[in-house]
Amino acid sequence: MPLTESLRDDILAAVPSLRAFAISLSGNADRADDLVQETLLRALANIDSFQPGSNLPAWLFTILRNLFRSDYRKRRREVEDAEGNYAKTLKTQPSQNAHLEFEEFRAALDKLPQDQREALILVGASGFSYEDAASICGCAVGTIKSRVNRARSKLAALLYVDGAEDFGPDETVRAVIGGSGG
Amino acid sequence: MKDLKSQASKNTTPGKGGLTPEIQSRIGHQLRAMYDDVVRQGVPDRFAELIKKLDAPGATPQVENDGGTNDNNGRE
Repeated sequence: MPLTESLRDDILAAVPSLRAFAISLSGNADRADDLVQETLLRALANIDSFQPGSNLPAWLFTILRNLFRSDYRKRRREVEDAEGNYAKTLKTQPSQNAHLEFEEFRAALDKLPQDQREALILVGASGFSYEDAASICGCAVGTIKSRVNRARSKLAALLYVDGAEDFGPDETVRAVIGGSGG
Repeated sequence: MKDLKSQASKNTTPGKGGLTPEIQSRIGHQLRAMYDDVVRQGVPDRFAELIKKLDAPGATPQVENDGGTNDNNGRE
């Protein structure tokens, strides 16, 4: 369909979550914004292939995800100051405890295989249905479900000791993560 | 009453993948906190301008005349 005013507004409205997705995938704010920019250019250039009435965010996420994939293959992931770069994107400085917890989480997320990470983000953070996430990733719905489950289990194992039984109340976790009770 | 009961059993029964609902919700929480922090930053000017610039995609440089919109973005 042609680029109408309302379509343009919808694309613009999708930008914040595209950025969040790109940063979650790449762990690098500058690179994420380049990805978003390329996604927008590509979307606008191919706007004729967008089916009116279909899911615009899913379409845009698909473009971004594919760009990230091909980019990733080309240059592998540079081991860069992901945390530092990510921290730069934060508006508010979280408290020390929260910050530590945040970095732990970020680091654990980075340890997931890419397939699992993107599935978890799409379903758990972007709020896509399993069906939409499957179409974005070009795989079966069941595959997405099992990736999300494996991602959660792995995160739990990395962050909360052995996962299930050892999980205690917030204070315990905070003490473990923070290393000291103050 | 009923709620408390089911809540209690929920929190001790491992769900899919052997995770308790408590852990699942904690992971979901942190994931969304991380994500939403970026979402809340809104649209950087860079992208707003990019999309505005590409408004008329290379077609005939006709004045925007699409029936009744009153915004005069950038022009008088």
